[in-house]
Amino acid sequence: MLEATGLECVRGERRLFAGVGFRLHAGELLSLQGSNGSGKTSLLRMLCGLSPAAAGEIRWRGETIAKLGEDYRRELCYLGHHNAIKDELSPLENLLASARLADEALDEGCALDALERLGLAGREDLACRYLSQGQKRRVALSRLCHERRALWVLDEPYVALDAAAIELVAGLIGAHLQRGGLAVLTTHQPVEISTAAACVRELRLG
Amino acid sequence: MLKLIVAVVARDLHLAMRRRADIVSALFFFIIVVSLFPLGVGPEPALLRQLAPGVLWVAALLATMLSLPRLFADDYRDGTLEQLALAPQPLGLIVLGKVIAHWLVSGLPLALLAPVLGLQFDLSRDALWVLTGSLLLGTPALSGIGAIGAALTLGVRGGGVLLSLLVLPLYIPVLIFGAGAVDATVTGLGAQAHLSLLAALTLCGVFFAPWPTAAALRIALE
Amino acid sequence: MSNRVINWFKFASPQAFYPLAGKMIPWFWALAAVFGLAGLYLGFLVAPTDAQQGEGYRIIFLHVPASWLSMFIYLVMAFWAGLGLAFNFRLSAMMATALAPTGALFAFLSLWTGALWGKPMWGTWWVWDARLTSELILLFLYVGFIALQSAIDDARRADRAGAILALVGVVNVPIIYFSVKWWNTLHQGSSVSLTKSPSMATTMLWGMLLCALACWMYAIAVALMRVRTIILERERHTDWVRAELIGKE
Repeated sequence: MLEATGLECVRGERRLFAGVGFRLHAGELLSLQGSNGSGKTSLLRMLCGLSPAAAGEIRWRGETIAKLGEDYRRELCYLGHHNAIKDELSPLENLLASARLADEALDEGCALDALERLGLAGREDLACRYLSQGQKRRVALSRLCHERRALWVLDEPYVALDAAAIELVAGLIGAHLQRGGLAVLTTHQPVEISTAAACVRELRLG
Repeated sequence: MLKLIVAVVARDLHLAMRRRADIVSALFFFIIVVSLFPLGVGPEPALLRQLAPGVLWVAALLATMLSLPRLFADDYRDGTLEQLALAPQPLGLIVLGKVIAHWLVSGLPLALLAPVLGLQFDLSRDALWVLTGSLLLGTPALSGIGAIGAALTLGVRGGGVLLSLLVLPLYIPVLIFGAGAVDATVTGLGAQAHLSLLAALTLCGVFFAPWPTAAALRIALE
Repeated sequence: MSNRVINWFKFASPQAFYPLAGKMIPWFWALAAVFGLAGLYLGFLVAPTDAQQGEGYRIIFLHVPASWLSMFIYLVMAFWAGLGLAFNFRLSAMMATALAPTGALFAFLSLWTGALWGKPMWGTWWVWDARLTSELILLFLYVGFIALQSAIDDARRADRAGAILALVGVVNVPIIYFSVKWWNTLHQGSSVSLTKSPSMATTMLWGMLLCALACWMYAIAVALMRVRTIILERERHTDWVRAELIGKE
C-alpha cells in the first residue's frame, strides 16, 4: 500500500541518504534504524509530504502522495518530535481541540477514556505546563487510542516514556497492525511489538 | 469548511484567553504611543485635531505588528503547525481562521479603544464614529496581510524586525484610506469613498492573503 | 535544419549557463558603454538648455532612466522568482536574487537624483509627490526582499520565501501607487506636481532613451555577473565548480 522508490534527501549541502526504497503492506510495521543525523526524521517527514524528496517518489495505494493530497492526509496520522500540545490547555482540552482540527469526531467520554488508559487519570484538567516530559508525551500518544487512520507515522514514540508506558504504546501499535493498519516508526530502543500477524521490516539508514 | 474555521477560531481565542496579558500589553502599547504625541508636539487643540487620524492609525499599525510574530510562532515551536499542515483540509482555511482570531484579539479591541483616545485629541463626535468605523473596517486587512509576513519570517533569525520591514510597506494603502477617512470627516468632506475603498482592501486582504500565507507556511515547515 | 535549433532548456541548468553568461557579459558592458556615451553626448552637448529650468534639468538623463529601470527590474525579478517557484527552476530563482540589489540601486539613484533635481527647482530636497513617494515605497519593497533572503540560511527556502514576497509585492505595487496618488490629490497644497512635464525637445527624448538603454544593458551585465557568483557559491560542492576553480588558478 505504501511504496517508496529511490528516495534521496539533501540537507544543506550534505546528502543524507539516496536510493532508499521500501514497500509496506497492510498489517506491516517498518522500523527505521540509524544513528543520530542519519535522516530518520527527514524520511518520516517526506513520507508525510511535509518536505519534498530531492529525488524519488512515494506512492499510497498506487498513486503519488502529492497527487492524492488531502485524500492521503485523511488516512495519515503523524506524531512528530514535538508533542503538538499546548502548555496553556489541559490534556483533555488538548485532545479535543486537536481532534476537532483534524476533523475527527471525538466525544469527551472517549477522550477521558484514552487519557485514563495512558495513566493520566486525575490530571485531565491540569494545565499541561505542570506535566513532566513523559506525561506530555503520554498526552500526545493518547490520540493513538482512538486513531483509526490507516497509516501511522511515529517519530521516536517511546522517547521520555517509562517501561510501563512503552509496553502500553507497543500494545496500541500492535492492535493497529492487527486491524490491518500500517506503521512506520523510528526508535533507538528495541521494543517487542506483540501481535499475531506482526510483520516487522527494518530499514537502516546511513 | 465553516466548521473548521470555527474550530480554529475557538481554539485560538481559548488560548488567547489563557494569556490575556499579551492582549492587554498590546493595548497599552497603543495607548502609550498615542499619548506620547501631544507630549512631543504640544497641546494645541487645532494641531492635535489635525494630527489625530494619522497618529491613531500609525499607532494601530504598530500595535498590530507587536502581536504578529506570535501568530504562527507558538504553533511552529510546539509542533501544532505540522499537525495543521497535515490536516485533511486546505491549509488556507486554517490560516483564515487564525487571521480572524488574531483580529478579534488585536484589531477589534484597538478599534473599540480608539474613540476614547480620540477624545484626547479633541475630535468631534462624527470624527470619532468614523475613526472607529475605519479601524473596524481596516484592521482585518492588517491581520490578513500581516499573516503573510509572519509566515515568511517563521523561524528566521531577527524575525520580529524583519517582519516589520516586510509588512509595513504593504500596510501603506490601508493607512492612507483609514486615516484619510477620518481626515476627510475632520475637514468636512465625506468619508464615504475612503471607507468603501478600505472595505475593498479588507475583503481582498482577508480572502486572498491566506493562500500565499499557507504556501509560506509549507515552505517554513520543509 | 533541426540541428541548428538551439535547445534553450539546456541553458536552464546553472552549469550550462555559467560559461554562457561569462561570454555574454563583455557584450552587455560594451553596449552599455556605447549607449551611455551616446546618451550623455546628446544630453549634455546637443540638447538645448531648458528655458525655465536652466542647466539643472540635465539630471533627468539619469533620473528618469533610473526610475524606469527600478520599476521594470521589480517586474522582471518577480517574473523570475515566480517562474522559479512554479517550476522549481534553480537558475530562475538565482536570477531574481541577482536582480534585487541592482533594482534597489536604481530606486535609490532615482530618489537621490530626484532630490538633487528638486533642490534647484523648488528649493527643497524632498517633496511628498506621488511619484517620489511611490519610488520610496518601492525601495522599501526591495529592501524587504533582500533582507528576507539574506536572513534565511537555507538557499532553497530563501528562494521560495523571496518568491512569495516578490509576487505579493507585485500585486501590491499598483494598489500602493493608486493609494499614494489618491492621498496626494487630497493634500494638493503641500506638494508640487511633477506630472506636468515641459514639452520636450526631440534630442532630449533621444538622449533619455539612449541613457535608459545604457542603464538596461548595465543592469543585465551586473545581474549576470552576480548570478555567476551565486552559481559558484551554491554549487561549490559540485565537481564542475571545483574543476572550474582549479582551472583558474
